[in-house]
Amino acid sequence: MSKQEWPLYEVFIRSKAGLSHRHAGSVHAPDDQMALDNARDTYTRRSEGVSLWVVRSDQIIASDPAENSAFFEPAEDKIYRHPTFYDIPDGVENL
Amino acid sequence: MYTQGLDQAGKDRRVAAETEELLNAFQKRVDAEEKIEAKDWMPEAYRRTLIRQISQHAHSEIIGMQPEGNWLTRAPSLKRKAILLAKVQDEAGHGLYLYSAAETLGVSRDQMVADLLSGKAKYSSIFNYPTLSWADIGAIGWLVDGAAIMNQIPLCRCSYGPYARAMVRVCKEESFHQRQGFDIMHSLCLGTAAQKAMAQDALDRWWWPSLMMFGPNDSESTHSAQSMAWKIKRFSNDELRQKFVDVTVQQADFLGLSVPDDELRFDDETGHYQFGEINWQELFDVIAGNGPCNKQRLEKRQRAHTDGAWVREAAQAYASKQAARAAA
Ligand SMILES: [Fe+2]
Ligand SMILES: [Fe+2]
Repeated sequence: MSKQEWPLYEVFIRSKAGLSHRHAGSVHAPDDQMALDNARDTYTRRSEGVSLWVVRSDQIIASDPAENSAFFEPAEDKIYRHPTFYDIPDGVENL
Repeated sequence: MYTQGLDQAGKDRRVAAETEELLNAFQKRVDAEEKIEAKDWMPEAYRRTLIRQISQHAHSEIIGMQPEGNWLTRAPSLKRKAILLAKVQDEAGHGLYLYSAAETLGVSRDQMVADLLSGKAKYSSIFNYPTLSWADIGAIGWLVDGAAIMNQIPLCRCSYGPYARAMVRVCKEESFHQRQGFDIMHSLCLGTAAQKAMAQDALDRWWWPSLMMFGPNDSESTHSAQSMAWKIKRFSNDELRQKFVDVTVQQADFLGLSVPDDELRFDDETGHYQFGEINWQELFDVIAGNGPCNKQRLEKRQRAHTDGAWVREAAQAYASKQAARAAA
């Protein structure tokens, strides 16, 4: 065993210019540069990306799924935020 | 399959905090085809089952590099060598995707590696058979990766999100593996009589172990029902095995090779091939550690790990030094 487990990094790939980075998986590495190298070898062997982000997993701040209802609920009863909420009278176009 | 239902029965007890209410809510989510994510509440037995299955799967990918790695330096052409190298590298990648999926469930990478090296963890029986000729590389891609695909495609819809996503990635790469294997077999079958005989010999040796990859018969498979209810598994061992036989026999016919099974025949009524009884004792022997190459495979992995220790230590030392400098 390695005496100390290498930290975990989350890997994000931009598949082509114009698209957002998307989570692909994770890798272990002793430092940032090797995390990038490992991520390249592990996740982009078939030109899957034009840009890679790696970020230490312990640096990600995540919402808690157990609190999901309380956390996301405020958005749920505001259906008027969606365009489909509104009736468009017949004869009105391009609205 | 790569996990083969090798799980030990009876270890998954319900823990105290798992109320009927929580368990029902969980099952409801699964029934509704909702994906379960790493931080979601899940029954301890679900977590344990997945850790076991995903880590066994990862170990299989890692050990699975050895039989093919055996022919890397002796591939018959530079083209075949480059292809095989890419294939073996993919298998390493598959192992890594899967180890990271398992880690989301709270088991550490080092722990999984330690379990593999100590012999505690299992991996697929198929990788304990030797690769005696170049044709075996063809047979492995065609049959072993072919059998893996049968099993892995439904896993892309597994209820556990990180596993399902890893499998999508794996499946994209597997079809290259199977085709390059079939291509090797095809070339041999178009070659001299001796080359065709090599292909037949490889099929003779890999056919039955490939069927064993799907695990015991459904009637013997203790964990299947629970895994099905949890939507970790979508098809039974026997269903998947049958699918594999149906498609593969036709491919063997195309190659002009004969499947080494006297009882094999097409059943007009069912529309499926009927095949002979698998030698289950052989499977259980290989799983118990007494296959032709079990010892060799494990020793090689242990040696690679020990021989690579200095690299890991050096990388760690460099990282620490850089970090200390940056802090100063
Ligand atoms: Fe694989
Ligand atoms: Fe493969």
